[in-house]
This record gives sequence, C-alpha cells and structure tokens, in this order.
Amino acid sequence: MDLRALEAPPTDVERAAIDAVLGPAPEAPSGSWLSAKARRHLLLPALHAAQGRVGFVSPGALGYICTRLEVPPAEGFGVASFYALFALAARPPAALHVCDDLACKVAGADSLIDDLTCRASPSDEHAWHRSPCLGLCEQAPAALYTRAGAPAVERAVGGLTLERALALLRTGESVTAPEPALPQLGEPGLRLLARAGRVDPTSLDDHRAHGGYRALRRALEIGPGGVLRELVESGLVGRGGALFPTGRKWEAVAKAPARPRYVVCNADESEPGTFKDRVLMEQDPFALVEAMTIAGLTVGAERGFIYLRAEYPLAAERLTHAIAQARARGLLGPTVMGREVAFEIEIRRGAGAYVCGEETALLASIEGYRGEPRSKPPFPVEVGLFGKPTVINNVETLCNVPFIVEHGAAAYRSVGTAGSPGTRLFCVSGRVERPGVYELPLGTPLGELIARAGGVKGGGAPAAVLLGGAAGSFVGRGSLDLRLSFEDTRHAGVTLGSGVVLVLDDSVPLEPLLARIAAFFRDESCGQCVPCRVGTVRQEELVTRLGKREPLGGLAGELALLRELGQVMRDASICGLGQTASSAVESAIERLGAFREGES
Amino acid sequence: MTVHLPLAPTRAVEVSIDGRPVSVPEGATLLDACRKLGIDVPTLCHAPNLTPMNVCRVCVVEVEGARTLVPSCSRKVEAGMVVKTDSERVRLARRLVMELLASSVDLSTAPEARAFVERYGARPERFGPATPAAAAGEREGRRAGQHREPPSGGAETVAQPVKIDNELFVRDYAKCLLCYKCVEACGADAQNTFAIAVAGRGFDARIATEFDVPLPESACVFCGNCIGVCPTGALMFHSEHVLRAAGQWDETEQTKTDTVCSYCGVGCVITLHTQRGQIVKATSPHDSEVTNGHLCIKGRFGWGYVRP
Repeated sequence: MDLRALEAPPTDVERAAIDAVLGPAPEAPSGSWLSAKARRHLLLPALHAAQGRVGFVSPGALGYICTRLEVPPAEGFGVASFYALFALAARPPAALHVCDDLACKVAGADSLIDDLTCRASPSDEHAWHRSPCLGLCEQAPAALYTRAGAPAVERAVGGLTLERALALLRTGESVTAPEPALPQLGEPGLRLLARAGRVDPTSLDDHRAHGGYRALRRALEIGPGGVLRELVESGLVGRGGALFPTGRKWEAVAKAPARPRYVVCNADESEPGTFKDRVLMEQDPFALVEAMTIAGLTVGAERGFIYLRAEYPLAAERLTHAIAQARARGLLGPTVMGREVAFEIEIRRGAGAYVCGEETALLASIEGYRGEPRSKPPFPVEVGLFGKPTVINNVETLCNVPFIVEHGAAAYRSVGTAGSPGTRLFCVSGRVERPGVYELPLGTPLGELIARAGGVKGGGAPAAVLLGGAAGSFVGRGSLDLRLSFEDTRHAGVTLGSGVVLVLDDSVPLEPLLARIAAFFRDESCGQCVPCRVGTVRQEELVTRLGKREPLGGLAGELALLRELGQVMRDASICGLGQTASSAVESAIERLGAFREGES
Repeated sequence: MTVHLPLAPTRAVEVSIDGRPVSVPEGATLLDACRKLGIDVPTLCHAPNLTPMNVCRVCVVEVEGARTLVPSCSRKVEAGMVVKTDSERVRLARRLVMELLASSVDLSTAPEARAFVERYGARPERFGPATPAAAAGEREGRRAGQHREPPSGGAETVAQPVKIDNELFVRDYAKCLLCYKCVEACGADAQNTFAIAVAGRGFDARIATEFDVPLPESACVFCGNCIGVCPTGALMFHSEHVLRAAGQWDETEQTKTDTVCSYCGVGCVITLHTQRGQIVKATSPHDSEVTNGHLCIKGRFGWGYVRP
C-alpha cells in the first residue's frame, strides 16, 4: 500500500494536539505498516484532539493524522464525515448544540429555537445547531456547549432558556454542569441507584464505605465459575433492549478458544428519551469500573473499553477520574486486588452517531472505522473487538452485576417477576411533575410509575406514553395497567427498550413528535443498506405528507404504503436501527389514530 | 477478496431450500447453495471477485426460525437450515428494495437492476414524483446528522450533475446505488490504492475522495477497476459517456473480442468492445484466472494506438 498524503500541513497547534494523543512523531517512518495499522483505533481520539483544539478537522490535521496512523486519507475522511460532531470546514470555536428532540420538544424547545433563530445571529465566535437527544431529558430543554481551545470546554446545559442561551453564546461564561434530579434519593430498596446522590462520585473511599468493591472481592473468592453460575441463575438479561441473557454471553466468551478477549461497555446511550446510564456514570462511576473488572476477571479479558457518547462530558470526567483512582489503589492494572490477574480500562468517546449504540457499529467505531453495523452471525462473543471474543454490555446491565455477585442470584430474584427478575431503570420524562430516573422492580404497572413521578403536570391524565424511545412504541391512555415486565410488554406488542417512559397529555400535539422521530431515523441511518438508507427518507416524506394532510392518492393508500415500508425495514435492514425505525410511527397510527383527524 | 486455497477437504453441509435438499461445502453461502439448485436469486452488491458487503438487501431469503430475513450472499450455510427464497415476505422485501432504489437512483444504464424492477412488479412511482436534483457540490456539502426539511410532494433522489474531472472515466453519482463495490475494488479486494471511500452518512452517504478532491488530485491510479465492478453505469468510460450523450451508443452493433493485453508479460485477458470498427471500451472476464476481472490503466484505457 503506497499512501498518498494530503498536501496541506497541520498548524503547530493542531500538530501538538494530535501528538498529545498519538505520541511524538518518530524521526523516521516506522517502516512497518503493521505497527501503524495496529494503532488505527486511535483515529477517533486523534480526530477529537484536532477538533477540540481548533473547532474543526482541517485538511492539514486530517492529513497529519492519516499519515501518522497510515490510514488512507479517503478512509480518514470517510470516518470523520460519518460523525455529526466533527466539522470538516472551518467554523466558530464555540457552539451550542440545542436539543430539539422528543422530551425537549415537549418542554418547548421549538419556540426556544424560533427565538434563537431571531435573536442569535451567527458570528465568527460562535454558532448554534439543532441536536438530536442529548440525554438530559429530565432537565429539558437542554443543550451541549462546546468551545475549542486548550483546554476545550464541553458542558451539558439543563433548563435552557433564551436568556441563558444568548448569554452562553455572547460571553462564553463558564458553565457548571447540572446535577440530575434524583427523585428517589434516600428511598430504601434501591440497588442500582443505592449510592446515587449519597456518595461523593469522585471519592473511592466514600464508594467503598458504601459497599463498593465488596462484589469484586467476592468474585475473586468464588472465581469465574462461581460468578458465571450466579449470573446465569440470576436471569439477568441485557438492558439495551435485545434481552439477551448476560450469563450466557459471558459464558460464551469465557469458553471461546481465541485470545485475547475484551470487555466493552456500551455507554453510547443515544436512544431519544434515555438518560439512565448517564445518571449511573455521573453519580456512581466506580460501580461501572468494578462491574467491568468483574467481567474481565470472569471471562479472562485483560482489557476493557468504555465507549461513551461524546455528549456526556461530565460522565467522561468522572469515569476518567474513577479509573485513575482505581488504578492508583491497585483495583485496576497488572494485579487487581493483589491477585495475579490484570485488567485495564480505556474510555473511547463517540462523536455523535446514534447507530454506534448498535454493538457491531460500536466495535467498528472503536477500531477506527465508520460506525457501520455488520451482519450477525458471527456475534461479538466469537468475533468482536479487533476480531476477538468480546463481552459487550450496556452500563445498566453491567451495574446489575455487583449486586448479583455480592448477594447471590436468589437475592437478585427476590424482586421483579419470574420472567423478569430484578429492577429496572426507567427514564421518565415529558408531562410529569417529577421527571427523572426511577428504579423499580420489573413488573411495576405503568400507572404506578407515572404516579411515582408525581403524575401528569397540572393533575391531568396521560393521553399517551412512548415506551422504549424512538425505536419503541406508543401506548394509549388505556395502558396504565400494563405491567412493565419483559413478558407483559412482549404480550402487549411493545418493548421496554432502553427504559424510556415519555408521558404526553392532551396539551402535546402528537404528529410533530412523529415527524421528529421520522427525521431522527433519517438523520441517524448509517446509509449502508437500502431498506434503511432510502426507507427512512421515504418514511419521513410520508409522515410529512400525512401531517400536512396532503396524501398522494388517498389516505388509505399512503397508510398501506407506510405499513409495507415498515415491514420491509423491519425484515430486511442490517441492524436494529432500520428494524425499529417504523415502530413508533406505526404504533401511533394503530393505537392513537394518528393522521386520521380531519379526514372524512 | 479472500482466495480460499484447498488446504483440507471441507465437510459437506445439507440444507433445504424451497423444499429441496442440497449439499454444499462448509463455509459456502446460501447464495452458493441456491445457485447449485439453479434458483435465480437477484443480487446487486454481490460480485464473485469481491468480499460480500450485503448492503443492497435484494438477495434476502427467509430462514426458518430467524427473526428477520437474511442476506443470502453472505450468510453461511448451517446444517439443517430450512430456507424459502420465494415466500410472500421475501417477494415483498425484494419488491420494496427495488422500489426504494428505482425511486432514488437513475437506473437507466443498469439493465440488470431494471430487470429486477420488472420481475418483482416494483412500482417506484408509489412514492411520488422525483423532487429536483441537487446542484453540483450540494450533496458533498451536507453534514452528517444535520437535518434538512424533506422536499415536499415527492421522492428525494440522489440526482446530481455528472463529475468529469479526467479524460478516462466519468462518475455519474445520480446512478450510484452505493453498493460499495468500487470502494472494495479500489481497496484491499483488488487494487490496494484506497483512493475512494464512503463518506457522509445516511441518504447523503456517497463515494468520495478525501475532501472531495478531483480524482487526478487523489491517490487514484486510473486502473478503472471501479468501472469494472460498477453495476449501474455510474462509473463509465469517458468514451461510452460521450457516445451515449451523442445518442450513438448502440450495444446491438457492438462486438466483443477476447484478446491478451500486449503491454507486459502478465498476460491479462482483455475483452475489447468495438462499435463500427472503433474500440469503445475494454473489460476483463470476471472468471479469468489471470485478472479476476481486474486490469491496470494500460489494459483498461491504453488502446488509443489501435487503428482499424
């Protein structure tokens, strides 16, 4: 391979920022393209470094990164242009990414954006953009503020007002990250949220004083076989939505002949309406570090990666700190708790791509490729990160593990239902009095969850609830008795998905939300397969026509076409994104009579 | 492309396709098994000389017990699989896939794809009339995740002006169905030049050089292997493009002559396409053991010296 490099050189600050990630450039070329190829996983970190320093990825910066990592420039460009948060043309150093997704829309983001359009003219210093869900739904309307420089500033902003947005853009005032509302703070019986808000998330001592790292000690006592036994018996299934038994996944990797093996934490929580993993990582970061360490020791992996969405700067900060603390205290590194077992964790940040929450896309993204999912089989337990056996679980799933290891499967199963043991985190947002993350036993009725969140704002009744996010489905006002367990939701033809419970009342018009969902899938499709790449565009066109009451032909024909399209996206798309892209829209048509009002 | 050498005898795997048993070697795909039975499964992004990308999804089949349809071009056979290639679900998926493609991509120089449109009774017009084409450079300027309001009243397409930045071949991305074949042929499957890659995301994903520089400024070595694998005529010899534009391209008047390239000692098989005594393009047979269908700049384009 004889690579042709981009001719433009990087500026000195770009070079320094990139070298800080890749190390200083060698005097002479390494001579071995294999050694450079093995470092391709540093592509995203290097792109982040360049963008964070000057606000965009210039041809000079991209060319330098590609030369250092021996990545063909066309491929490097293909990767950089895949992610929404990388700009490939010069832009102002400061940017406000204003969320206009579901929960923020319900909280008035549209009028805020209209006002911003009138009041905030673009300048050389700052710009603002619309953004898909930022995972701050309990603090809606929300935004993410970024300012390039040394150091780069990245802060989430909750409860955004026009005045706040204008002040941020004008003065770049220092932003303090909002702390989440923890509506269950101090309640007994919490497992995942037991420490949230009660411990100092930056203190390992405080963590240990509240029961932290007992599970790892126990895991070392009972050994990998013991951990796997408890995990299988606990009945824990993945909380990302696919419900795969976690114990079986770990067993498969533990038994896989190939080495090395990896543990990957999917912290790319991007499903609109979802913010539970953010709360876990911000409030109890050591729990995730401990859980991943248990996973590593159990399946025989010495390296773990946390793939964290870029929109979670506070989680990144706290996890980085937690990993460093754990390493300093011998809980990570060449010997874990003094035993002859090694485990290390690295954080990898996404760059704005919902599809990277799909496990194979996530692995491709870590490896330095476009976040394109691939066909399964083979599954990551056999062919995962860098082609090796890999345990990949999301944050909530992993955070269930310490409880199971410490207290045993029977204790774990003491709450929940027979088919859905344990508790679940629900992300309650929308028109409720107390939005936030709620941890409740699986099987809790939907009405009870909404009541726990203070009921509908102003004392009304829910008109509809979106369960599972944009990839989930709507249920109507008659579904308050629905028990939120895997079996009950499956029976009702809905999904808990990532735990989204977005509550709507009669004050919220439904159809603009459907248009937003259709737009979301169009924007987030990776573009690989035809059913999703073109199907999501056609779906948005159909939803737009139906919303304007301008069907081509007639309403019945358009609704039938939408159904057929949904069927084929579900049946023939490569990954879960296309397979679920029509779910919410179809459910709203079926259950809530969307698009029929005003038709004869 | 991985070349499998016959190192050890492979085991046979038996599967059932459309009610008929068939035995194929372990590691074979469902497409291989279908073809062994003589079942005609449509494909667009698949090529025998490239790694399967399974992105067009027109080859999907139904495997008993699977939640979704599976791409036959890449799914490996497993003992006992029960497969249907012509069920209602399969036909619906193939019809819709062709409707989605035909409503978004110009298939006028893609006879194979147009045949699938016919075969599955696809009616792309159901999605409405095509909305206006993008101006030159417009699609390249779109950023991942940045939303644009859908154009009203019809179906968005990838229509855009043809890119002519060299004298050897043109890139008419209005005809691109994003099968990834050109990227594979430019990369590790044949040429190892890596001049092009997929850039952007979603419907705006496109084949691009770094920062969309013209081909002569890129790493392109003009081997033309991308043209050789393009299933839609999006990548086309400049000579063919000119003749087509003049209304003079006529395949019924063309003859194909297999010969051996005279430039070097490799001995590549070349098929010369001639019309009215003039060479109009050069290809190489995909099943040629020497070329696997791939050529270099000289074999592909270096026939200007030949005079009748």
